[in-house]
Amino acid sequence: MIDRRLIKNFDWVLLLLLLILAGISLLNLYSATYAIRDVGGAKIFMKQIYWFLIGFAVLLAFTTFNYYKLERLAYPAYFTAVALLVVVLLTGKITSGSQRWLHLGSVSFQPSEFAKIAVVLVLARFFSEKGGYQAYRLRDLWQPFLMIAVPFALILKEPDLGSALFIGLVSFSMVLFVKVHWKSILIFFLSCMAVAPLIWFRLKEYQQMRILTFLSPDMDPLGSGYHINQSKIAIGSGWLWGKGFLNGTQTRLHFLPEQHTDFAFSVLAEEWGLVGAVVLLMIYLFMILWGLNIVKSSKERFGAILGFGIVAIVFWQVVINVGMVTGLLPVVGIPLALFSYGGSSLVTTMAVLGLLMNISMRRFMFQEDQDRLF
Amino acid sequence: MKRSNFDPVSVDVLSRQVKIAALCVLIAFGMLIIRLWYLQIVKGSVYRSKSEYNRIRLEDVVPFRGMIYDRNGKTLVKNRPSYNLYVIPEEVQDSQALLERLSALSGIDPKEAAEKLSQGAKHYPFKPVCLKRDISRDQLARIETHMYDLAGVMIKVKPQRHYCYGELASHLLGYLGEISEEQLRSGRYKDNKAGDVIGKTGIERRWQSDLNGRRGGAQVEVDAAGRRIRLISRKPAVSGYDIGLTIDKTLQDQAERALEGNHGAIVAMDPMNGEVLAMASNPSYDPNVFIKGMDHLTWRRISLSKAFPMQNRALTGQYPPGSVFKIVVALAGLQEGVITPEDEFYCSGTFSLGKYRYRCWKRYGHGHVNLMRALIESCDVYFYNLGKKLGVDKIAFYAKQLGLGKPTGIGLENEKSGLIPTREWKKRRWGVSWQTGETISTAIGQSFVLVTPIQMAVLMSAVFNGGTIYKPQVTRWVRKADGEAVFEMSPEAKEKLNIKPPYLEMVKEALQGVVNGPHGTGSKARLKNISVAGKTGTAQVVAMGDDSKRQDEADIPWKYRDHAWFVAVAPVGDPKIAVAVLVEHGGHGGSAAAPIAKGLIETYLDKGKAGEEKACNP
Repeated sequence: MIDRRLIKNFDWVLLLLLLILAGISLLNLYSATYAIRDVGGAKIFMKQIYWFLIGFAVLLAFTTFNYYKLERLAYPAYFTAVALLVVVLLTGKITSGSQRWLHLGSVSFQPSEFAKIAVVLVLARFFSEKGGYQAYRLRDLWQPFLMIAVPFALILKEPDLGSALFIGLVSFSMVLFVKVHWKSILIFFLSCMAVAPLIWFRLKEYQQMRILTFLSPDMDPLGSGYHINQSKIAIGSGWLWGKGFLNGTQTRLHFLPEQHTDFAFSVLAEEWGLVGAVVLLMIYLFMILWGLNIVKSSKERFGAILGFGIVAIVFWQVVINVGMVTGLLPVVGIPLALFSYGGSSLVTTMAVLGLLMNISMRRFMFQEDQDRLF
Repeated sequence: MKRSNFDPVSVDVLSRQVKIAALCVLIAFGMLIIRLWYLQIVKGSVYRSKSEYNRIRLEDVVPFRGMIYDRNGKTLVKNRPSYNLYVIPEEVQDSQALLERLSALSGIDPKEAAEKLSQGAKHYPFKPVCLKRDISRDQLARIETHMYDLAGVMIKVKPQRHYCYGELASHLLGYLGEISEEQLRSGRYKDNKAGDVIGKTGIERRWQSDLNGRRGGAQVEVDAAGRRIRLISRKPAVSGYDIGLTIDKTLQDQAERALEGNHGAIVAMDPMNGEVLAMASNPSYDPNVFIKGMDHLTWRRISLSKAFPMQNRALTGQYPPGSVFKIVVALAGLQEGVITPEDEFYCSGTFSLGKYRYRCWKRYGHGHVNLMRALIESCDVYFYNLGKKLGVDKIAFYAKQLGLGKPTGIGLENEKSGLIPTREWKKRRWGVSWQTGETISTAIGQSFVLVTPIQMAVLMSAVFNGGTIYKPQVTRWVRKADGEAVFEMSPEAKEKLNIKPPYLEMVKEALQGVVNGPHGTGSKARLKNISVAGKTGTAQVVAMGDDSKRQDEADIPWKYRDHAWFVAVAPVGDPKIAVAVLVEHGGHGGSAAAPIAKGLIETYLDKGKAGEEKACNP
């Protein structure tokens, strides 16, 4: 029996935001693949439409059950994720130098995507159970530290520096969110700074090189340096109003690498200018603030922390991707949530946003049914 | 008490934190928007003009592949410039007219070129499309003079592999070919991308990653015609490492000439350390042909030829050793104590086992023979008797100790192991028991026994260097362009023979007699000032017929004639060179193979005689 309050409380605003984003994303993808429409571009466009349909189905599916049930699944999910990361290291296929993909028959997926959700879940459970009356201190945090460090190290080993740092950022945001004593934060940063040089000098030369080019793309003029250069030209040449739909020369002439994946935002900024880019950012901003509002109005700790983790996932994707294509941040292969081409990242994002909706829909339950639940 | 989850206090803490988080989000988005404003408004005109004249290209800087030298520093393989003709689709005004002109100037096929061009235009209109590789100097001159009115045409110079002496040592050096999809995916060729050429066989393959060097590149700004106007940044290519071989070019050349007109293989090595001085295999091929990209017919002619010119017979040719194998059986007999040097067997010309009769090559027999004479005159009946006393497994034990029946480990592809039969092997392979008769023919290197020429050279070296099986090696050093050594060869002793020194001495003496004795079968390898020791072998390809049917060699069809073997070492007291010569269907080892070995020994030990070499010029 469907509770009628669920429908009354359905988060239509979030759904609307997602539909608008999907529309802009497809429009932009059409343009990004226009120049190669005869050689696979049209197929890419059609595929993404299917991915969006699947994504919305997943989104709705994730609103149908009570999210609170996930609390019990947090630890099993976490250990499964760690196990999968180990498996991918042992058996995964090496593509362009790293082992990231796991193949099950015809389906292949990146365990690091799953690990992202699992870590958010497990941290939400931990912090909802333990403490919360006053700020956490370092001694309370060794368990979450381990929970983050294990998948972090495994993903780093693949090696997938980008995904590892992403998980690190999201978890770190969550830890800060549940409130940590300021002295503990200070001590943590100081000890990081003390340890960093020690680690640095133990790295092999090629590893140091990799980190250096990561931090400063100019050191790799033929790889990421070139890409960022072209991306900046694309964005900058858009001016205030842009060159117009299908008129982006950078895109048409293939100066932009991966125009439909990591550099999708550059295509938008070139063709729609500052106005288009800011409008898109505003949609994301509104969505994130809306998400924070859901977190705020959640009357229950697990849901609030989980919701915050989900908002952090979206927030960091936007900041890192846009920061990267505008040359503010190092080059990492982090796609723009809901905007870049690609199925697995889209479906994952839709799934977590479904959970966010779920939390939003069920906030009333804990108001009135609290006693019963106790 | 499980739940603090619904505790209003701990939830309230969070809602205060949400406000801080929202503030952080606003700041972050503010920074992104400021950045966009900076790029699109403040620097907008700069980027707009850059995008309008966006002619920033990535250019590959191809590394020079390492050179290959012989042991005396003679260049065997180098790189020469080749001129390739490119067209940039986007910059062509009238492609039909252009292609017709180009066809007149350089002989390209306009139809094929038009196809390539339209393909290229679809994907990357600014990317130059290669229409013809390695155009001649004449064509280059003609195109250069017309460059003004050939918009979109460009010539790129690329280093091209050049094998200085064509077929010389081609099996050992190997050849280059375009990297395959599979190889690209394997992840073993990190420095290569599609379209690159890599070593497919031989040294070129063995040291591929060292020879290859590291690709560089440049971000350059070009003008409307694709000419470079400014270098933005550049990463220099790193040249591949050079390689010094153990091969002596003069000796190699002589070995190959000696095989001309025949199929066969020759290996010469330094018995004291395993350095291969020459490795020849005939018929052969010219690796230069592979580089220009050969047409279908040429490839078929080479790869499908019945003569197998691509096969390195020195490593992959497996032949019955014939009488050369008697060295193994003699050592086995002595060490096992089943004979003494003085023991004699009577050779009447035949040996009977049950109802079968086995012949000696000498029709009316050798009479009473001891081991010394049996080796020198290569008496088959003596070895039938000895073999029967030893049994096949004892023979196999010593053969394996002497390095037979397994690859020598030279490190080049497809090396074969040959075959040393045992009772157990026959049961496993054929499912039937070993027959004593097979032991008899095994004792003279027939029946199932198979060896490769390089194994024979290793075996002879071991007998004469005091009993050490060295791993044969062909690479002396690998060095960076600045001379820093990446690899220096050092002798690798694989095994020490478990045979008493007096027995080795005894066999050495006998092998000296083969060449220098009055009835020695290898007298054609005799040299005046140098003490040569050796052993002949005549390996039957088909079972020997009845006496009455024994024909003159010349009357037997070529493919049924015996293989001729000769293995030798010189000088005996201070061994400097071991040689194994195999001539397929050459007839008698003593006459077909021994003179070749003699020539090589003479050349190598009498180095002053080696003629002047002309420099390597393409």
